[in-house]
Amino acid sequence: MHIDLRTVAITPLRNTFDHIARRIGADKAVSRYQEGTLDIQPSANLQYRPTWDPTHQLYDPARTALVMQDWYAFKDPRQFYYGTWTLSRARMQEAAEAGFDFVETRGLADLMPDEVRRRALDVLVPLRHVAYGANLNNVGMCAYGYGAAVTQPCMYHGMDHLGIAQYLTRIGLWLAGPAELEDGRSHWLGDGRWQPLRRQVENSLVVKDWFELFVAQNLVQDGLLYPLVYAHFVDRRLNAEGGSAVSMVCAFMNEWFAESTRWVDATIKTAAAESPANAALIAGWLAHWRGRVREALLPVAELAFDQCGEQLLDTVTEAFDARVAKLGIAVKEAGHV
Amino acid sequence: MDMNVKKKLGLKEKYALMTRGLGWETTYESMDAVFPQTRYEGIRIHDWDKWEDPFRLTMDAYWKYQAEKERKLYAIVDAYAQNNGHLGVTDARYINALKIFLSAVPSLEYNAHRGFARLGRELPGVGPQIACQMQAIDEIRHAQTQIHSLSNYNRFYNGFHDWKHMNDRLWYLSVPKSFFEDACTCGPFEFIIAIGFSFEYVLTNLVFVPFISGAAYNGDMGAMTFGFSAQSDEARHMTLGLEVIKFMLEQDPANLPIIQAWIDKWVWRGVRLLSIVAMLMDYMLPKRIMSWKEAWEVYFEENGMALFKDLARYGIKVPDCVELIKKEKDHLSHQAWNAFYTAGKITNFHTWLPTEEEMDWLSSKYPDTFDRLYRPRFEHYRELEKQGKRFYNTTLPMLCQVCQIPMMFTEADDPTQISYRQVTHQGDKYHFCSDHCQHIFEREPDKYVEAWLPAHQIWQGNCFAEGADPTAPDFDPLKSVLDYWHLAYGRDNLDFEGSEDQKNFAAWRAQATRN
Repeated sequence: MHIDLRTVAITPLRNTFDHIARRIGADKAVSRYQEGTLDIQPSANLQYRPTWDPTHQLYDPARTALVMQDWYAFKDPRQFYYGTWTLSRARMQEAAEAGFDFVETRGLADLMPDEVRRRALDVLVPLRHVAYGANLNNVGMCAYGYGAAVTQPCMYHGMDHLGIAQYLTRIGLWLAGPAELEDGRSHWLGDGRWQPLRRQVENSLVVKDWFELFVAQNLVQDGLLYPLVYAHFVDRRLNAEGGSAVSMVCAFMNEWFAESTRWVDATIKTAAAESPANAALIAGWLAHWRGRVREALLPVAELAFDQCGEQLLDTVTEAFDARVAKLGIAVKEAGHV
Repeated sequence: MDMNVKKKLGLKEKYALMTRGLGWETTYESMDAVFPQTRYEGIRIHDWDKWEDPFRLTMDAYWKYQAEKERKLYAIVDAYAQNNGHLGVTDARYINALKIFLSAVPSLEYNAHRGFARLGRELPGVGPQIACQMQAIDEIRHAQTQIHSLSNYNRFYNGFHDWKHMNDRLWYLSVPKSFFEDACTCGPFEFIIAIGFSFEYVLTNLVFVPFISGAAYNGDMGAMTFGFSAQSDEARHMTLGLEVIKFMLEQDPANLPIIQAWIDKWVWRGVRLLSIVAMLMDYMLPKRIMSWKEAWEVYFEENGMALFKDLARYGIKVPDCVELIKKEKDHLSHQAWNAFYTAGKITNFHTWLPTEEEMDWLSSKYPDTFDRLYRPRFEHYRELEKQGKRFYNTTLPMLCQVCQIPMMFTEADDPTQISYRQVTHQGDKYHFCSDHCQHIFEREPDKYVEAWLPAHQIWQGNCFAEGADPTAPDFDPLKSVLDYWHLAYGRDNLDFEGSEDQKNFAAWRAQATRN
C-alpha cells in the first residue's frame, strides 16, 4: 500500500539563481553541477595586474590561442563538482584498496615469476614521475585556464594523477620495497630508455598555452600511454604471463582512463566545434605532440614488449587516431607546426 | 594511509616516498623555466627538502575522509530544504546575513581555489605543492557547499538571486573582491602569507565564529552544517599557513623584513574586511553569540597575540595596526551599520533599526561608546521613521583607494572626525581611510592605482545598464545603476519593515505552524 507523506508546501519565488536561469531557462530543473560550476569564476571589473604575468588580467581568456564565445560551453559529461568527484573517487579507492588487500594478504607477489615481476617494476615504477608531471600540468591548467567549466575538472584530473602516482609508488613498495623506488628514479634520471619520455614531460612543463598543454598532456600523452601501458602491457601481457596480481592493483588506472576520456573528448570536441580556427589550432598541436609523444614512448614500449614494442605502439596509435577522428579534428602526419 | 610492505616503513618515510619522492631536478628544461615565479619577490629558499609536511595525507585517504564528510553534509542540506528548515530560523531578519554571505564568500573561496592551484603548480618543493593542491580543492569545495546550502534560501527570499553578477559589480562587494584579487595578483610567497597565514590563521576564527555559530544560534541548520563540515579542512589550512611562514623564516634571515611587511599589510587588509562581520555580529543576528568587541578580544587579542609570541623568536613583531584596531573595536560595528542603514537603497539586503532591547544589549557591550555616540543617532533615525521619513543617503560615498570601504571610520582619538588621508601620485589625488591603507598604497602605488572603485566608476559613467543613454532627458542614473547591478528595487533593498521577505516569512511560518 502506498501512503502519501504530506509536507507543508509553499510555493518558491524562483527556481534557481539568475545567472543559471539566463543560461538554462528559469523553469528548468537545475543540478548541483550547474549551480556549483556555471559562471563561478570572477569575470568582470578585475582589479590589479598580476605581478607574475603583467600582460594579462588575473582571469584572462587570452592565456591560450583558443577562442571561445562562451567558456561555459564546456561541459563535463561526468558532471563532476567536488562532491560527486570525491564520492566517485572514494568508491574507486575502496575497490583499489580491496585489490591491494587481496594481493598482499595472499602473497601474490611471491607467486609471480621473477622475470614478470622484474618487468612490471621496470615499466611501472618510473611512471610515477610521469604521473606527477601530469599532476603539475593539470593543476597549472586549472590555475591559468579560463572559466570554471573547464578549469574545475582540470584540477580534479590533476589530483587523480597524483593518486595514480601514489598507487604506482605503492605497487613498487608491494613488489619490491623502497630501494626499488630509488632504482626506478635513477632509471628515470639516467637510463637512456627513459630519457626521451623525461624530455617530453619536461618540455610539457614549460608549455605556456594552457589549452595546448591540455592537448599535449590529456589528449595525446595520456591517450597513447594509458592504453599502451595499462591495457596492453598490464592487462594483456602481464596477465598472460602470470602477473595478474599487477592487473588487480591497476584497476583504478584502467577505470579512470575510460571515464576521464569521456571528459577529455567532450572538451576537445566542444573546442573544435566552436570554429574552424579552433579546429585547425588543435589539429596543429595534435600533430606536433603526437609525433613527439610517440618518439618518447617507443623505448618504453620496447621495454614492455621487447621487439614487438613498435608494433604495439602502432596499434595503440591507430586506435588513438580513430578516437581523435571522431572529435572533429583532422589528424595530420607527425611533424612540427 | 594503510600500507603493508615487507619492510616496515615509518609513516614519515612512507609519506615522503608518496610525495617528494615523485619530484626530480629537471635537466632538459631548467628548474627556473619550470618554476618561473619563485625568485622575483626576493624570498630566498635554499633547501625545499627542509619543508616539514604538516599533515601526511595521501590521495586515497583524502578521498575517503572527504567523501564521508560530503555524504553527511548533503544529507543534512537535503533534509533541511525538504523540511522547509528556513521557517525555523529565529527571525527573518537573520536571512539578510546569509545574503551578504552568499554574495561575498563563495567568490572568495573560488579565488582561494585558483590561487592555491597556482601555488600547487609553482612552488618548487613537492611537499608544499601538494599541500597547496589539497587546499585548492578544499576551497572549491567550500565555494560549492556554500552555494548549494544557500540555494534553497534563494528560492524563497529576495537578494540572493544574482549573487555572482553582483559580486563582480555591487559597490560594497568590491571590498572582499579587491582583497582577494589583490592577494591572487601577488607573487606566490606573498599570496600564501596573505591567505594562508594572515587570513586563515590570524583571522579565520573571526569569520567562522560569527557566521557559523550565528547560524547555529539562529536555527539555521543549513549554514551551520557547511560551516562545521569545513572546520577540519580549515584546521589543515591553518596548519599549512603557519608551517609556510616558519619555513620561509628559517630558510634565510633576509626573508624576515619582506615577510614582516607582508604580515603588516595583510593583517590590516584582513581587519578592514572584517568590518562587515563586526556589524553582522552586533546588528544582524537576532540571537547574538557575543559582541564583536568580545570576539576580537578572545580571537585576536588573546589567541592571535599568542601566535605572534610564538613567532617572536624569528624576529616577527606584532603589526603596528593592532594599536589602532584596539581603539576602533568600540566603534567599528556601529559605524558600519550606520553606513549600510543609510545606504539601504543600494544594498541587496534589508536594513533596520535595532529594537530598544537590542540597543540596551549594545549599551551593555559597549558602555564607553554606544549610549554616548551611536544611540542618539539611531534614535534620530527612529524619529524620522515615525514621521514617515525613513532616512536614505542619496549620494555615493567616497571610497578608500586600498580597502575600498566608504570613508566612514573616525579618528582613533576623536570620534567626531572622519579619518581621512590623501596622497598625490603622478598628479592624481588618492584618498585613504587610515594611515595603514595609505602606507600600503605608498609601498605599491602602481598596483593600487589600478583599483576598480565602484563609486568612482559610477561617477565616470561606467556602471549604467546595458544600452542606457545618459543624455536622454528622462535618464534616471540611480535606476540605471541598480539595473547594472541587477538589484530589484523594492524587493532586494530598502528597510526590512514592510519588505516582501518579512511578509512571506510571516505567512509561511503561520501556514507551517497553525491550522
